[in-house]
Amino acid sequence: MAQRTVVIASQVGLHARPAKLFSQAASASGVGVRIAKGDGAPVDAASILRVMALGVKHGEEVTLTAEGDGADEVLDGLVALLATDLDAPGTDTAGPA
Amino acid sequence: MSGSDVLHGSGVGRGAVVGPVARAHPAPRVVQDAAGPADAEGRAAAVQAVREAFAAVGEALERRAEQAGGTIAEVLGATALMAQDPELVSQVVGRIEGGQAADLAVDRAVAEFADLFTAAGGYLAERVTDLRSVRDRVIARLRDLPEPGVPALARPSVVVAEDLSPADTAALELDKVLGIVIEQGGPTGHTAIIAGQLGIPCVVRVLGASALVDGTEVAVDAATGTVVVGPDDATRARVEVRRTALAALATQTGPGATADGHAVALLANIGTAEDAARLTGAAVEGVGLFRTEVLFLGRTTAPTQDEQAAVYARALAALEGRKVVIRTLDAGADKPLAFVTRSGEENPALGVRGYRLVRNAEDLMRTQLAAIARAAKETGGQPWVMAPMVATVEEAAQFAALAREVGVEKVGVMVEVPSAALRARDVLQEVDFISIGTNDLAQYTMATDRLLGELVDLLSPWQPAVLDLVAAAAEAGSAVGKPVGVCGESAADPVMALLLAGLGVTSLSMSPAAVPAVRFALARHDLEVCRRIGVAARAARTAPEARAAALALVDPEVREVLALG
Repeated sequence: MAQRTVVIASQVGLHARPAKLFSQAASASGVGVRIAKGDGAPVDAASILRVMALGVKHGEEVTLTAEGDGADEVLDGLVALLATDLDAPGTDTAGPA
Repeated sequence: MSGSDVLHGSGVGRGAVVGPVARAHPAPRVVQDAAGPADAEGRAAAVQAVREAFAAVGEALERRAEQAGGTIAEVLGATALMAQDPELVSQVVGRIEGGQAADLAVDRAVAEFADLFTAAGGYLAERVTDLRSVRDRVIARLRDLPEPGVPALARPSVVVAEDLSPADTAALELDKVLGIVIEQGGPTGHTAIIAGQLGIPCVVRVLGASALVDGTEVAVDAATGTVVVGPDDATRARVEVRRTALAALATQTGPGATADGHAVALLANIGTAEDAARLTGAAVEGVGLFRTEVLFLGRTTAPTQDEQAAVYARALAALEGRKVVIRTLDAGADKPLAFVTRSGEENPALGVRGYRLVRNAEDLMRTQLAAIARAAKETGGQPWVMAPMVATVEEAAQFAALAREVGVEKVGVMVEVPSAALRARDVLQEVDFISIGTNDLAQYTMATDRLLGELVDLLSPWQPAVLDLVAAAAEAGSAVGKPVGVCGESAADPVMALLLAGLGVTSLSMSPAAVPAVRFALARHDLEVCRRIGVAARAARTAPEARAAALALVDPEVREVLALG
């Protein structure tokens, strides 16, 4: 079984755009990838809902696991993705002064 | 026209329009005790139907995402992915195979994720709306109902809905949306904010909106917060006059001034460098309040000098030499920060907040000022810099020394505490300008928590005591010849803007959408009239009387066009 640990680089954490890109990539890989936060239970990385529900924040560590052919290459790709700041620009403004 | 033909709510903006109703379809209701399929064959068919429905909804959302752009596309793309989520689909399938009815299974499976998200709070809780929109679309498809949410608009229409999710709002064909009427929601909700930014007349919390039928003509007036069903010719004519006049106002771009040419700078309040970029083509003379909190909120450590300098430089570059007033970090009270706010203060609004943070975290202030100075050097901009929540002359002097030490040229303080307003002349000996924050000044003058909706009458900037303090600060500025700005909601009220100009305020900072109406009001009154408005309002004994006295002196055409009442 292949395993990697990576720190989330995106400022918003593994939410929103980063979660979407990650889940899409995990799903497209064709390999069953699982993701866990800290010592928590691993969940299906292809499920954006499960991934978001982990509530992983910027700077926190996650562990990816996968089995089967090409698992190492897939995890390397996903690690590179998570180690990049995937934030979209254009955040909203705060309330009144 | 009978009274029953007028629906009432809260208006967003000042616009008015007449058009046909286009109803956004409501979410299908789920029968909670529906029986599931009776046999294995039925269950297999239900599973098949559910799989197809999820896939179709996901594809439809993806197509919408492709047609949309920017942030909207991102939101829709994430929602599409939720509809194709393998875990969600397999849980629904499991429930159906266990004997549940298909739409109940969808409802329950979504509810489990929604509960998980709600419990997590923050960003995740806000995504629950997207999850529910997936549920509604899937269930509507299972039952052959029209797709919930906003329909494709065949002609320009007034969109009427119980509520609109961000995804719904994002899907609006804005060039065909004349107005928006919402039965629920609030003036600070997502839809209201978007409508306000785009200048689309919008009325929220309209009781009885659900009874409006597709195709019915309605007159929507955001200034009065009314929706007239089947408007008569007089109402139509009035709306048309307002619509044309407001459209004309929006084309005015000159600097703010009274009819006799007394300059009053019209500036924008912003919170991010992206806001600054959006002002590139806007008819504002600069930024009167750049709140820097956004950089700091929701973080576990303070942003570095490099990080901050990059953001300030982006904002300065976007404004291309126009005036920019940057306010240093205003944290504490309702805006706590993990790395500086002390917990356990009994009265945070009266505690270590605003400039007072310097007592515990001087490095934070020094880093921010250095970042601003560096951004100024890199861009050639000349930002004015001010500190929030200054109460004494010593604080003003200390802040000025810190700012000048790193090379900031124009240093000011906010006047939000009555003590600073009363002694503004002394404060102005230490700094180059002051800016009155009317929201907090009202809170501290009236001893009234800004966040308590039930006490909103006490927070009115028309309270005579608040007006007296604003006048005291403005007079001090006039006496020593230094600029006195106002940033806060009151600057966006055209009547208040006239009063402030009359008191001697030299700049008004507000949300960019509010600028055209204020520019128009100023241009229609001589400075002398503004002064008389100030005198009349301050002679009143109560807030409603003060506003009425001011309004009585406003030019009738201005009152009509801006629907000031």
